[in-house]
Amino acid sequence: MSVLGDIVGVARGDHQADRVVPPTGHTAWLTLFTSGAMAFLAVFALALSLATGRLATNWGNELARTATVRISAPAGQEDAQVRAAMQVLETTPGIAEVRVLTDEEQRALLEPWFGPDLPIEALPVPRMIEVIEDGDGYDSEGLRLRLTAEAPGAVLDDHTRWRRPLVSAASRLRTLGLLSILLIGAATAAMITLAANAALAANAQVIRVLRLVGARDVYIARAFVRRFTLRAVTGAAAGTVAGMAAIALLPSASTEGGFLTGLGFQGWHWLWPLVIPVLAAIVAFWATRTAAFRSLRELM
Amino acid sequence: MIELDDVSYSYGGGELLSGISLTLQPGSFHFLTGPSGAGKTTFLKLCYGDLLPTAGRVSAFGQDVRDMGRDDIARLRRRVGVVHQDCEFLDHLSVEENVALPLTVSGRDTINEVANLSDLLSWVGLSAQARSLPPELSGGERQRAALARAVIMAPEIIIADEPTGNIDWEMSLRLLTLLVELNRMGKTIVIATHDLNLIRSAKAQVQARVLRIRDRQLQLAGADL
Repeated sequence: MSVLGDIVGVARGDHQADRVVPPTGHTAWLTLFTSGAMAFLAVFALALSLATGRLATNWGNELARTATVRISAPAGQEDAQVRAAMQVLETTPGIAEVRVLTDEEQRALLEPWFGPDLPIEALPVPRMIEVIEDGDGYDSEGLRLRLTAEAPGAVLDDHTRWRRPLVSAASRLRTLGLLSILLIGAATAAMITLAANAALAANAQVIRVLRLVGARDVYIARAFVRRFTLRAVTGAAAGTVAGMAAIALLPSASTEGGFLTGLGFQGWHWLWPLVIPVLAAIVAFWATRTAAFRSLRELM
Repeated sequence: MIELDDVSYSYGGGELLSGISLTLQPGSFHFLTGPSGAGKTTFLKLCYGDLLPTAGRVSAFGQDVRDMGRDDIARLRRRVGVVHQDCEFLDHLSVEENVALPLTVSGRDTINEVANLSDLLSWVGLSAQARSLPPELSGGERQRAALARAVIMAPEIIIADEPTGNIDWEMSLRLLTLLVELNRMGKTIVIATHDLNLIRSAKAQVQARVLRIRDRQLQLAGADL
C-alpha cells in the first residue's frame, strides 16, 4: 500500500472506484463548509503573523537606528547648548548623521496633539536633534555622560525604553498568529477525521461487501480519501479566495498609521495564502487515510 | 485446495465447531447440511477467510490463512467465489455493475470483459435485468445474480450459503443446474443447504458428498439421502 500510489490515485481519479461508494448529501456540504471557514480564518491568522512580523522588524530596525537628543534650556542658553550638543554628537564615533529639527518639523510632530495653529515660537518647547547611527552604533552611556558635561540641558533618548516592549509584543502576536494557524490545521484534521469516520460508519455495509468480493484495503480507503481530499481542497480554495479578497478590500492604513503597518499582505507575501489549500489537502489526505485504515482493520 | 486440520471455532464462551478436519479436492461437489444454527455459515466463513479458527489450522491454496496478510485475504477471495446467504449487493449499483464488482475492485479492465459479462448474465438468465437495481429483483433473480458475481473472476472453487433459501422449487432446480454445470467445468463446489430434496436431485446429476454438522462435529452423511 504505497502512499505515493495513493497520492497518484487521488490525483488521477477512478470513475468506477468513485461509484462504488454511494454519494452522500449534506455531510459533503458540511465538510466543504468547514474546510472553507477554516481556510478563511487561516488567511487572517497568516495576515496577522506576517503583519506583526513586519511590525517587529520595522520597529526593531528603524527605531534602533535613530535616537533623539532633547535640549531644554533657559531661553538665552538654548542655541549655545544646541551647538555644544551638535559638536559632541558630530565627534562621536558610530553616529552617521545629526540634524536639528526645524520649527516646521517640530510643529508637524505636535500637530496631532495641539492642532495646526500652535504658536510654537511662543512656547518653551525643547529643541530636538535627530541622531542616526551608522552600522556599528555608538556607546550610549559614554555619549550621555559627555552630553551632560557639555550641554547640561541635553537628554539622550535612544528609544530602547519604549521600543523593547513594543517589539516583544509584536513578536508575541506573531507567535500567536502562527499558533492559530497550527490550531486551525489541527482542528481541520479533527473535523475531517470525524466526518470520515461518520462516512465510514454509514458505509460499513458497502465496505464489508467490497472486502468480501476481494477489494484490498488500499482500494477501499482510496475511494474515501479521494472524496474527502477533494472536498477539503475545494472548500479551502474557496475560503482562501474569500479571505484574500476580504484582506485586499481592507481600507489601507497609510501615513497616519504608517508606523503600525497595514494588516495585509505585501508583495510576494500574497503567495503565502495559496499554501493553505495545499496544506488542507495534505491534512485531509492523512486524516481520511488514517481513519479508513483504522476502521478497515476491525474488519476481516 | 482448502484444507481444515482439527479446526475449532468458538464464539465468546461457547464452542460452535470443534475438531473439524476436511480437505476439499479439486473438482469435488460437497453439500453441507445440518440444522439452523449448527454452524454451516461459520464453517463456510472459515473456508474463505472471513473468520479465523480459534484452534487448528485452515489452509487455502497451500497457505495458512492465519499467516495471510490483509491483501492476501483479498486475493484469496478473488480465487474463491462465494454466494452469500443474503447476497450482499451494493444497492446503489445496477445488477450488471454488482456482477462486475469483483473485476472492478481487483483493477481488471472491465471494458474488455463486457462480452464475458453479458454472456454470464444471459447464462444466469438476467440479461433483461442488467440495468435494474438489486432491490428490484425477485429472490431467485438475486440468487442468480449472486452466483454470476461469484463466478465472474473464474474462481477454482465456489461456495454457496443457502442459495435456495427463499426461492421456489423450480428456481432452486435452475440454480442447482447452473452449479452442476460449473462442477462439470472442473470447479469445486460447496453448497450449504438444509433442503434435502435439493441434495437428492443433485445426486441424480453429479457425484456429490454430503457433510453434516451435528454436535459441533462434521460427519460424512450416509447413503440414506
